[in-house]
Amino acid sequence: MDSGFAQTLLLTFQLAAVTTVLLLFIGVPLAFLLSRTQSRFKPILEALISMPLVLPPTVLGFYLLLAFSPRSALGNWLVETANIRLVFSFAGLVIGSLIYSLPFMVQPIQSGFESLPKHLREASYSLGKSVWQTLLRVELPNIKPAVLTGIVLAFAHTVGEFGVILMIGGNIPGETRVASIAIYDEVEALNYGMANQYALVLVLFAFTILALVYTINRRMLRTA
Amino acid sequence: MIQTSLRKALHAATGPMTLDIQLDILTGEFLAITGASGSGKTTLLRLMAGLEKPEEGRILVDDTVWLDSARGIQLPIQERKVGLVFQEYALFPNMTVRENLEYGLGKGQSKVIIDELIGITELEQLLGRYPAKLSGGQQQRVALARALVRRPKLLLLDEPLSALDNRMRERLQNYILKVHQAFSLTTLLVSHDHREIFKLADRVISLRQGKISQPDLPETVRYANVSDGTFRLSGEVLQLEEAGSGFSVSVLIGTNVLRVPATMEDLRRLQPGDRVEVLVDAQHAMLIKA
Repeated sequence: MDSGFAQTLLLTFQLAAVTTVLLLFIGVPLAFLLSRTQSRFKPILEALISMPLVLPPTVLGFYLLLAFSPRSALGNWLVETANIRLVFSFAGLVIGSLIYSLPFMVQPIQSGFESLPKHLREASYSLGKSVWQTLLRVELPNIKPAVLTGIVLAFAHTVGEFGVILMIGGNIPGETRVASIAIYDEVEALNYGMANQYALVLVLFAFTILALVYTINRRMLRTA
Repeated sequence: MIQTSLRKALHAATGPMTLDIQLDILTGEFLAITGASGSGKTTLLRLMAGLEKPEEGRILVDDTVWLDSARGIQLPIQERKVGLVFQEYALFPNMTVRENLEYGLGKGQSKVIIDELIGITELEQLLGRYPAKLSGGQQQRVALARALVRRPKLLLLDEPLSALDNRMRERLQNYILKVHQAFSLTTLLVSHDHREIFKLADRVISLRQGKISQPDLPETVRYANVSDGTFRLSGEVLQLEEAGSGFSVSVLIGTNVLRVPATMEDLRRLQPGDRVEVLVDAQHAMLIKA
């Protein structure tokens, strides 16, 4: 049982870590574009990204389940061409988590970009620096607290994910059984002690990580 | 020589208007741009810098075309070699003073210029500090130095001193004058401060509703040069009256009213509200401390 406990927690944090790293590479450019665009379609894109905030996770999970299922066009194509099965698999969980946690990465970073005075980038451009150089050397370093917030929120939110995973991942130990699912499972089996262990770890984790973020943000604000 | 011709529709607080400006600037000239807020001064500067795009226009700097809408040429700001200083300083908060300056270096550019600028703007003591630890005047000195690292031909100053108190402002004016001369710059300064313009600029234009208008009173006074023997004051006719055997016209110049002897002919031509120039013969000007 104890090895199962460790395995489940490890899987939980693996999923969160993989999701967060991928989201960083997706979220920063997306936030950058959103903060800069004047397109009419901006509200639509923003709405799409933010949908997971308001949708019940089961709705998202349900549609992902349909899409990933080998009987759907996409699922079938994935199985036939690349032999990738996304339902009840870790890869499927990662994709579900990417969508589910996307707003938590994008929103803080976007408002970070938007809060930077435009004179900063204009000054950088006037010094001959490209958009890319300006992003890396001026804009991102000056919104570090926002990036950190995005990272932490995306990570923590993925750890706490339940509904989407239940729909598309199920409860396969070592593959899709994450802590939040395990808690539900143990309670169903009346294993309150075990459920408590998982729950306690998550409570401590949530508290530690948030306390850490607030501390770091305070320090960054003081030096900036 | 910089030749510009720019047209752009703007939405000012007072409603839509069109910026429409033809302006030639001599190499090495220090040109001040004044005018009410919303008259298009900052937009003019941003168009010159390449931060905004006109509907139509041309900017020719010496023999380089920066902008020619007819031929679809629009050099990006990075390639225009302008130095830009904003009212808000715009120093990079994540870099020290020295790093802010070095950030402006081009690829392979020698660091000699940095030391030279540090010397001119007297930044030696501040190099290791972050912008948040500097006063407004110090920040603007750094911003001024940073704007010159690339050795631009054109320096654009957008109300750079209006957030500073008077003493600081005067010091900064001296630095601006110093670098303008030391680097043989062509400088455009947006400013509301007549004393500042008087001190720095060779020439001043005034914008009204997006167009170059007659300079306002104090700017014209600035060009009165008593050593020539005459000077010109422009003003507005307040009233025409008979005075003893002749006539006189009262002219408002700045906040002073000057009563000028006039002829019958003057009275026929002029009416209250007309703008006039008063030519004064001044062979012997004296200064008396008030």
